Amino acid sequence: MNAIKFVENDLASSTNTAHFKAGDTVTVFYKIKEGDKERVQQYQGTVMQIRNSGAGKTFTVRKMSGNIGVERIFPISSPFIDKIEISKKGSVRRARIFYLRERTGKSARIKEKKRTVTA
Amino acid sequence: MPGIIGKKIGMTSVFGADGKNIPCTIIEAGPCVVTQVKTVEKEGYSAVQLGYGERKEKHTSTAMKGHFKKAETSPKRKLMEFRDFDGLNTGDLVTAENIFKEGDWVDVTGTSKGKGFQGVVKRHGFGGVGGQTHGQHNRLRAPGSIGACSTPSRVFKGMRMGGQTGNSRVHVENIEVIKVYPEKNLLVVKGSIPGHNGAFIKIEKWN
Repeated sequence: MNAIKFVENDLASSTNTAHFKAGDTVTVFYKIKEGDKERVQQYQGTVMQIRNSGAGKTFTVRKMSGNIGVERIFPISSPFIDKIEISKKGSVRRARIFYLRERTGKSARIKEKKRTVTA
Repeated sequence: MPGIIGKKIGMTSVFGADGKNIPCTIIEAGPCVVTQVKTVEKEGYSAVQLGYGERKEKHTSTAMKGHFKKAETSPKRKLMEFRDFDGLNTGDLVTAENIFKEGDWVDVTGTSKGKGFQGVVKRHGFGGVGGQTHGQHNRLRAPGSIGACSTPSRVFKGMRMGGQTGNSRVHVENIEVIKVYPEKNLLVVKGSIPGHNGAFIKIEKWN
């Protein structure tokens, strides 16, 4: 296992060190290639879950686009992620907040964490 | 051809420069010791025998103890032979950095994962019967007909049927070396290789 972690750390192309959890509101700056031009797209939403660990780690971000819920999964070590900004720390009691899918409007709000505990 | 004995550690994936996610396997390759050199004059063909991993003295037979003593080395876990691997003497150390570098194409030989007794669908890729209706209550993965009637009134040899699957020697050619770590004796190759994690494998390179 140690050898795998060593290789993953050594070959990782991007170092996203942003610490966030399910319930947080984040903005992902995602690089998009169009022909030979490159631009950065912003995607803001609530983190639903964080899956796997190491090089295969991904996170799901949900946002409401008009009336339609959109969920997007990002690999955390993808070189296309420019940066991740955390705009709000949410207070939730679960690591995977899929209950948000059944909720809209007022009931889909997440309480903001009052005090941030520094790790 | 030059080669080395290795142990499969496991798989992971890395993002390449173009943003593609590349699956890769990590191999602990060597260090190996030359335990015997075979020559055309003596054995009739040219080869070297390499040893890898440590074996306890009490688990080594007296005959093998003598063999390792000749090479002036401690008992080894795994021995493999490499044909036409020149320029080595008995007792030499062979490491991954001597043989492989980034971008090399290598062949890997190992024993595939055992799958037990499997039917023709998994073992030979048969399509199965197809539909689930029209009376197919127990024939969904059946092979179908295995021969004609009174001519030839037997089943031909080599007819593909169910049986032991996996756990056989598998040789995979042209695997790209992504990275070599000389200080840790690690080799990162692109894609998968045969065998379970911890399995011994033979890695060879064509000159």
